[in-house]
Amino acid sequence: MEPIFNVIFYALTFCAVYVEIFFLYTFIERKDEIVTRLDDRPDRVYPSVTVIVPCWNEQDTVKGTVDSLLALDYPKDKLHIMLVDDGSTDNTWKVLQEFANIPGIQIFQKENGGKHTAMNLGITHATTEFIGCLDADSFVTSSALKRMIPYFDDPEVMAVSPSIIVNNPKRHIEWAQMIEYQLSVYIKKMLGLMNGIHVTPGPFSIYRIAVFKNLGLYRLAHKTEDMEIAYRMHEHGYRIEQCHDAVVNTKTPPTIYKLYRQRLRWIYGFINNTIDYRRLLFRKKYGTFALFTVPAGIVSIFAATYLFIYMLYSWGKVIVNTFLQIQAVGVKATTLNSHVSLDLFFVSTHALVFISIILYIFVFISLLIGSKMATGKFRPSFAMVWYIIIYSIIAPVWIITALFNTITRRETSWR
Amino acid sequence: MQNTNTNKNSISKYLVVFLITLGLFATVFYVSSTLTNKKLTELNTIQNNISTDLLSAETQYSLLGELDCSQVSNSVLSDQLNELSKKISYLESSSGKSDELTQLEKQYSLLEIKDYLLMKAITKRCGQKSVFILYFYTTSENCSECVKQGYVLTDLREKYPALRVYSFDYGLNLSAVETLIKVYNVQDTKLPALVSDGNIYTGFHSVEDIEKLIPKLKDTLKNPAPVKSTSTTNQ
Repeated sequence: MEPIFNVIFYALTFCAVYVEIFFLYTFIERKDEIVTRLDDRPDRVYPSVTVIVPCWNEQDTVKGTVDSLLALDYPKDKLHIMLVDDGSTDNTWKVLQEFANIPGIQIFQKENGGKHTAMNLGITHATTEFIGCLDADSFVTSSALKRMIPYFDDPEVMAVSPSIIVNNPKRHIEWAQMIEYQLSVYIKKMLGLMNGIHVTPGPFSIYRIAVFKNLGLYRLAHKTEDMEIAYRMHEHGYRIEQCHDAVVNTKTPPTIYKLYRQRLRWIYGFINNTIDYRRLLFRKKYGTFALFTVPAGIVSIFAATYLFIYMLYSWGKVIVNTFLQIQAVGVKATTLNSHVSLDLFFVSTHALVFISIILYIFVFISLLIGSKMATGKFRPSFAMVWYIIIYSIIAPVWIITALFNTITRRETSWR
Repeated sequence: MQNTNTNKNSISKYLVVFLITLGLFATVFYVSSTLTNKKLTELNTIQNNISTDLLSAETQYSLLGELDCSQVSNSVLSDQLNELSKKISYLESSSGKSDELTQLEKQYSLLEIKDYLLMKAITKRCGQKSVFILYFYTTSENCSECVKQGYVLTDLREKYPALRVYSFDYGLNLSAVETLIKVYNVQDTKLPALVSDGNIYTGFHSVEDIEKLIPKLKDTLKNPAPVKSTSTTNQ
C-alpha cells in the first residue's frame, strides 16, 4: 500500500509546489506593477458610484461600516450609499434610520430573502455607472475607492476587488486568519495580474453596472453569490482586477466553530459553482481562471483531504506502535523517544521529507510576501507558524464536510 | 488585446514553471537517493567489519586449544550486530524494502548464525553463563504480536546483558535461515516464535513469561560471568 500512498503524495505535492512557484514567478516577473500609489492624476474626473450595504442582524457593526463609507476620500456628490435591511430581527433597521437624512444615503427595508436579494434590490434602484458592495461587517480605508476607480480606465476591466485584511485581531483564531488574509492579498494580486480571480468578495468589490445589465442580477448560487458572479463574468470574457493598495478591514469569525461554518459555506460554494460551470474548465478561451485558478482549487481540496488522511494514518501507526510497546513491556523512559539518536544515520533522507520541507519553505515565502504587501513589513512571525499548524488541522475538516455535503446534496447555512 | 497577451504569456509560463518544479523534484530525488546510498555503504562497511571480526574470533577459537578463554572478546561483536540490526530495520521502515536492503538483511542473518554457533561453542568451552534466544518473526503480514515480542526482547536484553538474541525474518528466503526453521520446526502460522536450548515457544511471551520459561536468565545476573572472569588463570 505504501508505495501507492507515496506516489499520490508526490503527485499532490508536485501540484502544490507548482502553484507556489507559479505565484512566485509571477511576483518576480511583475513586481514593478505592485507598488502603493500615492497620488492619482489630479485632473481625474471621478465617476458616480453606488455602494450597497446589505444587512442582516448587523446592529453592532453597520454603523462603523457606514461611517467608514462616509469618510471615504471621494467627491461627496459622486458617492451614493444604499443601506438594505434584509429582514433583520434585531435593531439593525433602527440603526439604519439614523442615517436616513444624510445626503447621499438611501435606506431600504425588505423581507428576509438572502444577501443576493438585498444586493439585487439595490442594483435595480441604482442609476450610476459603477456599483459596489460592502458587507456590513467591513470597513473601508479612506483611499480605497480612489485607488480602485483608475483600474476602470481600461475598458475591458469590468470589476475590481480590494485587499481585505482582518480588522483588529484579538483572539488566536483571528491571528491565524490575519495571516491567511495577508496571504490572499498576495495570491489575489497574482491572480488579478493574470485575470484569474474567481471571487469578487462582499467587502467592497466594485463593478460596472453593465455587468448586471448584461449578465443579469446576483443569484443564490449556493450562498456564494460573489463567487458565482465572478464565474459568470469569466464565462463572458469580462476582466476582473485586483487593486492591492485599496484596503478594506473585515471582521472575521471569532471562534473556531463560526470560522468552520463560514468556510464550509465557501468551500461548498466553490465545489458547487465549479460543478455548475464545469463547461469552462481547462478551456483556453477562459484563460488563467479555467486553466489555473479553479484546477488549483480542486487539487487543493483533494490534497488537503488526502494529506489529512495520510497524517492520521502516520499518527495512527505511531500510536498503535506505542500502544503495543506499552502493552508488551509497560511504560519505559524510552517509550516515546525510542527513535531519538545522535547518530546522523537516523536522520531521514526520504524524498518525502525533503519535499515536505520544500513545500513549507515555499508556503513561508508566500506568507512573507503577503505580510510585506499587506503591512509593508517583510517580517516572519509566530502567527505564521500558528496559522500553518491550525489550518492544516482544521481546514481539512470543513473541506471534507463540504465534499460530503455535496455528495449527499445537503445545502449549507449562512452562519 | 491585453487578454490575448496574457494568455500567450501564460502558456509558456505554465511550461517554464513546470520545468522548474520538475527540476526541483528531480534534485530532491537525486539528493535523497545519494544520501540513502551513503547509508547503505555505511551498512556495508559495518557488515564487513563484523565479518572480519567474526572470522578473527573463529580463528581465535580454532586456536583455543593453545590459548585461554581470556583472549576471546565477547561484547564488542554483539554491540556491532545490534547496531547493524537497528540500522537495517530503520532504513527498511523509512525508505521501504529494496533489493540492496534484502541482500544486507541476508548477510546480517548469516553473520548472526555464525555468531550464534561460535558463541555457543565458546560458552560451552569457557563455561560462560550466556543465554541464547533465536527469534523468528514475519514482516510480510501485519504481525502486531511480533512487534510486541520485539519490544519484550529489547527490554530483556537491557535487563540481562548475558542474553544474546538472534532475530530472523521468517520470509527472508535464505537457505541457512530455512535450515534453522526446519531444524526447530518453526511454523509460519505460529509466529512469533522463540527458540532457546532446543525448546520452541510459539506466540507472544511477556518478559515474565520468558523469565519463567528460561530460569537460567536470572542466574546470569547472580554471577555475571563474562569470558574475562572465567579466565584469570595462567596470567
